[in-house]
Amino acid sequence: MSDKKTLIEVKGLKKYFPVKKGLFNKTPSYVKAVDDVSFTINKGETLGLVGESGCGKTTTGRTIIKLYEPTDGQIIYDGVDIAKFNEKQMIPYRRKMQMIFQDPYASLNPRMTVGDIISEPIMIHNLMDKKAAQERVQYLLNRVGLNSEHANRYPHEFSGGQRQRIGIARALAVEPEFIIADEPISALDVSIQAQVVNMLEDLQEDLELTYLFVAHDLSMVKHISTRIGVMYLGKMVELAESNELYSKPLHPYTQALLSAIPIPDPDEAASKKRIVLEGEIPSPIDPPKGCRFAGRCKYATEKCREVTPELKDVGGGHMVACHLYDK
Amino acid sequence: MEKEKLLEIRNLKTSFYTHVGEVKAVGGVSIDLNKGEAIGIVGESGSGKSITMMSLMGLLSENGKIIDGEIIFEGRDLAKLSEEEMQKIRGNEIGMIFQDPMTSLNPVLTIGDQLMEPLIKHKKMSKKEAWDRAVQMLSLVGIPSPESRMKQYPHEFSGGMRQRVMIAMALACEPKLLIADEPTTALDVTIQAQILELMKELKDKINTSIILITHDLGVVADVCDRINVMYGGLVAETGSTRDIFYRPKHPYTWGLLKSIPNPKKDEKERLKPIEGQPPDLLKPPVGCPFADRCEYAMKICMQQRPPLFEVGEGHKAACWLNHPDAPKVEPPVGRGETNE
Repeated sequence: MSDKKTLIEVKGLKKYFPVKKGLFNKTPSYVKAVDDVSFTINKGETLGLVGESGCGKTTTGRTIIKLYEPTDGQIIYDGVDIAKFNEKQMIPYRRKMQMIFQDPYASLNPRMTVGDIISEPIMIHNLMDKKAAQERVQYLLNRVGLNSEHANRYPHEFSGGQRQRIGIARALAVEPEFIIADEPISALDVSIQAQVVNMLEDLQEDLELTYLFVAHDLSMVKHISTRIGVMYLGKMVELAESNELYSKPLHPYTQALLSAIPIPDPDEAASKKRIVLEGEIPSPIDPPKGCRFAGRCKYATEKCREVTPELKDVGGGHMVACHLYDK
Repeated sequence: MEKEKLLEIRNLKTSFYTHVGEVKAVGGVSIDLNKGEAIGIVGESGSGKSITMMSLMGLLSENGKIIDGEIIFEGRDLAKLSEEEMQKIRGNEIGMIFQDPMTSLNPVLTIGDQLMEPLIKHKKMSKKEAWDRAVQMLSLVGIPSPESRMKQYPHEFSGGMRQRVMIAMALACEPKLLIADEPTTALDVTIQAQILELMKELKDKINTSIILITHDLGVVADVCDRINVMYGGLVAETGSTRDIFYRPKHPYTWGLLKSIPNPKKDEKERLKPIEGQPPDLLKPPVGCPFADRCEYAMKICMQQRPPLFEVGEGHKAACWLNHPDAPKVEPPVGRGETNE
């Protein structure tokens, strides 16, 4: 729809990691973690990014906020290409873009109090004096469902779900516009996952946040996302509205991926047909020519092994990169 | 239909002695398993599901101890066996698969060596026989070119392949019981689907009984015949898979079912989490462990632990709502079916 404003536009993003082999190898090969990926994120929406381990979904997220330096491509944030910005130029954008990490145990400094953890980004960006920052910490703690007195405690005194709340409070401290949540609930228990997801939804509505939600739990991604992108071996293979993607998956890989979700309903699980994929994901160091999924795809033709399919709109904003849908 | 029992856990209590006091991790758990059956144990961290299994296998850490109860496996009480006797059972009559296939394989031994070890030790096979059997197991679990794979080390295998090796290893001695503790949690969905299909296939082929420990309701719905829902070191509800999903009788089971999104539904429904935190097992509550988080909690729930009420054939729930004098509550989930 045209009334939606674009917050981030990613064009031809590439991130290669060098692999050094041997002692004197001067020309290293590269892991093509993200290889020519383009998509947009609209203001106020949640874009889900799914795929299996090694597909590049986490690298994509981290490259967008420039935790990794992109190898090539544009990252247009609110009209400005930040892809080539240096650290100093990035500072104002660092405030606008925040991140929630997967592991609530590893992402909080055990030697800092919760109050210090949450106020640190405020102090770094020089947004307030100490007293005002403390008040903000109290406000944030209440906002994420913790008590004001928790500010003086240390991370080890909290459970996984509570720690994830602390991580969210820290991300919110500098009033960001855009939050990347990288597997924010996969380390939590089922009953706690729902608490955190509901809170993320409430915060989005109240604070007009935009999310990039990276996860491998496909049912939770469908629940939280407006649109979903499916990645395979460094490429975006399909991108569509979440209901559309789940009801009408076009790409053979998406079809296999969705059929593999375990359904929490014994009758449906018994009647469901599963597309079991043969083989494994090829190495991203020397990815196959043409469509990267061709080797495991039962519809693959000669063309698929030769020509890389482009991500194309096949109607209603449903994008797919597959030769089956060539006109 | 009379089914033969393979395993009977009776009123198992396991505690850990820590510097802050006794943690009553398992507070009186009874679980049955028939031959050729797959059961699921579902619960969140701290529910005691893994500790129950560790007690069964005699793999508790130093500060853990079985306080009370019996674990009858084929007529023997495993709780009373010595470590030496347990070693003859582990890996031989009871196979195990753990969550993390990387840390449960020895990185400095080849896959072949690790597969052959239990065969030589338990089945007294010669090296040649063990080699052949190991190759056969690897191809059974779907590993291509097993002969050359035998000479490789764990790091040369992907996560899914390693988990297949673990399954091959666990099944090499044709155990009567396979215990799988979160076997697919660390894997991607497509690989998870392959492993679950494999487990179902093996159950039918070799007639192995399976205990599947997981927090993923989707996984148990697919694989298991019966389900035990654990909470706070106790069994909250036990019944057939259909009982648990379609006519659950315990508010914790309701909460679990409500807190997961259904990928089949198109309209967006808000998730209904279970508010609050699980109980502290250092000082377990006197009454029902779930009472604190339960929206239906009554006075008696705080004072007295509910027994397992029989609510249907083979379907039991530890909740006072099932007492004949309790107020009638409409379950918020399931199909509203009643037990036939």
